[in-house]
Amino acid sequence: MIDKYKFHEKIGIYAAIAVFLFFVLAPFLEAFLVSLRPLDAVFRAPYRIWTDDMSFQAYIDIWSSVPGLPRYIFNSLFISTMATVLALICIIPAAYSVSRFKYRGRDTFMGALLGINMVGSTVLIIPLYKLMLNLGLLNTYSAMIIPGAAFTVPVGIFLMRSYFLRVPKELEEAAYVDGASRLYTLWRVILPVAAPGIVVVAVTVFLTTYAQQFLFALTFNSKDALHPLPIGLFSFFGRERVVYNELMAACLVGIVPVLIGFIFLQKYIVAGLTAGAVKE
Amino acid sequence: MKTRVDSFPYLLLIPAFLLTVTIVAWPLFETFRLSFTNASLRPTQKYVGFENYIEIFEDDFWEVMSRTFIWMFIGVSLKMIMGLIGAVLLNAALPGRAVFRLLVMPPWIVPVAIGVFMWTWMYNGQFGMISGLAQRIGLLSGPFEFLAYKQSSFIATIVTDVWVGTPLVTLYLLASLQSIPKDLYEAAWTDGASRFYRFRRVTLPLLAPAIFTMGLLSAIWTFNSFEVIWILTEGGPRGATTTMIIDTYKTAISRFRFGEGSARAVMILISMSLFMVIYLILMARSARKLGKSS
Repeated sequence: MIDKYKFHEKIGIYAAIAVFLFFVLAPFLEAFLVSLRPLDAVFRAPYRIWTDDMSFQAYIDIWSSVPGLPRYIFNSLFISTMATVLALICIIPAAYSVSRFKYRGRDTFMGALLGINMVGSTVLIIPLYKLMLNLGLLNTYSAMIIPGAAFTVPVGIFLMRSYFLRVPKELEEAAYVDGASRLYTLWRVILPVAAPGIVVVAVTVFLTTYAQQFLFALTFNSKDALHPLPIGLFSFFGRERVVYNELMAACLVGIVPVLIGFIFLQKYIVAGLTAGAVKE
Repeated sequence: MKTRVDSFPYLLLIPAFLLTVTIVAWPLFETFRLSFTNASLRPTQKYVGFENYIEIFEDDFWEVMSRTFIWMFIGVSLKMIMGLIGAVLLNAALPGRAVFRLLVMPPWIVPVAIGVFMWTWMYNGQFGMISGLAQRIGLLSGPFEFLAYKQSSFIATIVTDVWVGTPLVTLYLLASLQSIPKDLYEAAWTDGASRFYRFRRVTLPLLAPAIFTMGLLSAIWTFNSFEVIWILTEGGPRGATTTMIIDTYKTAISRFRFGEGSARAVMILISMSLFMVIYLILMARSARKLGKSS
């Protein structure tokens, strides 16, 4: 058959996959190995992958040497959750509007969204900094939540729109005949049907803001208690001697929540990731 | 029924409109305006015409710009090649592929910065994995600090950026691969086409639009890449990894020269508008095609 591989082909493909996955996972593997070594073994040459003195000591020590760690983990999740809520408030009605109604200016709006999507947040950092300064939002959660949310809105609208387009029009017509208001129809009839799409959009927005907290926090926030994980751990590098075993342990502990979420939500993640890039 | 303008669809746009105007559209406008001023942290600012632009061109701007394009071009090419290889490998109908797909994703799931923290250690010249293993197999005769030299740090930042970007390209191309109708392969197979021939004559042509779209998006993202370089080298050593984005950030945020920084940001926007135009034309064309078929 067409999909049958010969034995040597199988070996070849598995070997190639192994090399590919090694490239992808090597930093995680190395981070894990380093986190298991005592500090003097971390700085020891020649390089050895496995040593006898490995232990989970660093995972105990980080809680006292990085007292802010639980806070950073919480802040990261909190900022992204709030950004997701804010983004959804913007995305859902707008996506419903552009998917259901024909009106003057709609296509211009969508074109503008695509254009906006091309502009990276770093390019706009100067006016954003001034904006946050003038609004008195520097060193607040809002300074990290609002810009984070805004940059996900264009992709989110296109993604959500593709789900609304699949909801049959007859649903609204039936609700309209029953005398329901249009807002009520959107809230009670359309949203439940489009729920899987909303989950995909929410997961996509969450991951996008979660992955990109670094810049806004670095620029707009200097309060340690509000730092998200990446910035909280970034201060490690400022020290005289970087405590790499603890840093790597903290990195790995910090990403555990998203990795767990990822395992449960991977179906939605893949859907959002691939559809989000197409934007059709 | 048709004369009255229906306000409902417009009302629904308000939240999205407000947020994007405040955070994206207005700052975009403001960037252009500030680029003609000598704005700084001081409350006063005045218009200085093209002075900022003249200044940056007298500086090492061309060097930074060409470096940025080279950095982006190599990075995007590698991401596309890696992504295509990964997609084809993960598409092979072999046991375990569901798990392999899962294992590709972590660099994309975790915060970019956390991934880059791990890379800083990978690049450590004395004790890191790369230098350690290279010394073991005899590629390096002694410790080598990858981030301390101009050329090696340039390559190192590209490699890390490729690492960050590869999962998305892989999964995107994989999804496109799976949408290619199976009977095309079967037809080619009955005609006696070899595996490689099928790849070249069926897979690649049908995948071309997806590769092109992804390449363009990837180019824009790579151009805007900030965290990888900032964490690994902060643009050093001696400016070897200073791209336009890093340059703008340093000028504006580290040195509070908002006016001059804005002029540099405008140069980024102008460089990127090229990609945007191509992308928008492409989107408009595919939208028209979709409109026709439905």
